[in-house]
Amino acid sequence: MAGKTLYDKLWESHVVREESDGTCLLYIDRHLVHEVTSPQAFEGMRLAGRRPWRSSSVVAVPDHNTPTKDWDQGIRDPISSLQVETLDQNIKEFGALVYFPFKHANQGIIHVIGPENGTTLPGMTVVCGDSHTSTHGAFGALAHGIGTSEVEHVLATQTLITKKSKRMLIKIDGQLGKGVTAKDVALAVIGRIGTAGGTGCAIEFGGSVIRSLSMEGRMTICNMAIEAGARAGLIAADDKTIAYLKGRPYAPKDADWDRAVAYWNTLHSDADAQFDNVLELKGEEISPQVTWGTSPEQVLPINSRVPNPAKEADPLKRAGIERALKYMGLTADMPIEEIRIDKVFIGSCTNSRIEDLRAAAKITQGKQKAATVNQVLVVPGSGQVKRQAEAEGLDKIFLAAGFEWREPGCSMCLAMNADRLPPGERCASTSNRNFEGRQGPGGRTHLVSPEMAAAAAIAGHFVDIRTLL
Amino acid sequence: MKAFTQLNGLVCPLDRANVDTDAIIPKQFLKSIKRSGFGPYLFDEWRYLDHGEPGMVCSSRPLNNDFVLNQPRYRNAKILLTRDNFGCGSSREHAPWAIEDYGIQVIIAPSFADIFFGNCYKNGILPIVAPVGIVDQLFRECFATPDYRLRVDLETQTVRNPAGEWFSFDITPHRKHCLMNGLDEIGLTLQHADEIRAFENQHKAAQPWLFN
Ligand code: SF4
Repeated sequence: MAGKTLYDKLWESHVVREESDGTCLLYIDRHLVHEVTSPQAFEGMRLAGRRPWRSSSVVAVPDHNTPTKDWDQGIRDPISSLQVETLDQNIKEFGALVYFPFKHANQGIIHVIGPENGTTLPGMTVVCGDSHTSTHGAFGALAHGIGTSEVEHVLATQTLITKKSKRMLIKIDGQLGKGVTAKDVALAVIGRIGTAGGTGCAIEFGGSVIRSLSMEGRMTICNMAIEAGARAGLIAADDKTIAYLKGRPYAPKDADWDRAVAYWNTLHSDADAQFDNVLELKGEEISPQVTWGTSPEQVLPINSRVPNPAKEADPLKRAGIERALKYMGLTADMPIEEIRIDKVFIGSCTNSRIEDLRAAAKITQGKQKAATVNQVLVVPGSGQVKRQAEAEGLDKIFLAAGFEWREPGCSMCLAMNADRLPPGERCASTSNRNFEGRQGPGGRTHLVSPEMAAAAAIAGHFVDIRTLL
Repeated sequence: MKAFTQLNGLVCPLDRANVDTDAIIPKQFLKSIKRSGFGPYLFDEWRYLDHGEPGMVCSSRPLNNDFVLNQPRYRNAKILLTRDNFGCGSSREHAPWAIEDYGIQVIIAPSFADIFFGNCYKNGILPIVAPVGIVDQLFRECFATPDYRLRVDLETQTVRNPAGEWFSFDITPHRKHCLMNGLDEIGLTLQHADEIRAFENQHKAAQPWLFN
């Protein structure tokens, strides 16, 4: 009999019951909650007179709506403020293991604060009413984004009704070149398989490139698995995972720690495990990436040219390219390096951790933002990241370059707070989505790594980071 | 949840692939803490010429007459016909809430994004996956025929065009049962509370650190 994949192991250890058609009740260990997708779920619980099954599974934080400056003035948008207050009240009424309210020293993006506090552990099932929950798969946890009805279902029953996904392996061997980051790997994979390439799959990322990445880089990759359409991204637990977790506030301690580590060491796909689908890439072949269109799959290496719709034979695809170029205000065949930008956003659950900020600061050190760039926002992923960056003097480097150093939150990743692009403005962004209007109605987003974003801020246009190293 | 059994509904053709949830309901509407009233803002950026914000009265806003939903022949459509990967992007359930609130009960496409697909069932919407060839044919017929309607029958899992031609679609028995009876999933699951508790006890014994 063939061995098991990591996904099989995680799945099988959480099935409460299975119907004859394969629909399963899956037990949920960790429930992450934020202010946008939870109010209707708590409302449903209240209306039905239900109590949470296990409130100690809940880790909650407001992040999408919170402002990133002038915290002393509170939240000025009354609707945002109502969502954040509603979360306060709901957590008070229904309980949680961890709650970092607005302005708490450890507040931040849910997918940043979970791992950094050790509330995401290998072998767990993790859910959140947020598609980027896939981030937590970097720990060898099975992490799903869910809808609000499912948030309510998990609150009330500690289970999720779901079916097993197909198992896909993306194996990236070899080595990454200078200046090529986890973000570029994620974008290159999406460029290769498309935004529906992973639909119905849990994607395990493996190979020497993945093993060589830090936990933060691994989170960046799993974060973007959802942009490839996957239900979950997964990376096997290893010594780096264990070293990262040791001593974190909610990580197991003492005898529990030893038992946990022994179990975590089994959380990898067996050598003879069978996948439904395997894609192999070479690390050497990946260049720094820039998206040019309005879908993460519309991505190219930095040293290429914007596509020409006339060269596309498929009429549906041609229309897609034409629409994207029009929205993005780009001319066919222009070199990507010649695209000039107005704003830069360094942040989001994809790239707002300390290593991302260090990488951006390294490029920024001693330089100035281009005069044509009217704003560069650096938004740390959490209060802890912010303090660490300040202890290392990274804030000074950014401020000296004319960048803005903000309070933690989702910020201009989705522009639900005051940080947004005005119509027509072009942004180099380290976030994960470049859909029309994502960073503000009419705004134009190019997804890049933190290094590439910093370099673009300084040059005023995209540059091949490899020429600067 | 409202039960769904059958429908003879007007079809609106949305001839685009990869329609994402930001297009279905732009993020400014996610600020609401309610789960109803999103219908007027469905496809807000495509449907109106001005910028929409929650709470706006939509009856006086300037319409984008080129957008298919605004064309008189497709007003009050109950069935949305569209292309590959419908509902991609974020997991926001506001997307199916807006679709349901607008009055669309069935979506037919060659493929759907996963989370959106699951969210539809939880809100009384039937998403139907149809082969590309059939979707192409339905688009052709819909463009060519005023008042083009399809008859959807969940019991027999079939869709019938005005000429009487039909195709069948797949749905899991569980989803079908819930949709046909308008059943609340939480209540159904809690019928298995003993099993959940038994699983939990055994899980706790094996990995106590998960329960700290
Ligand atoms: S940073 Fe962006 S992608 Fe991440 S949780 Fe916040 S809004 Fe979502």
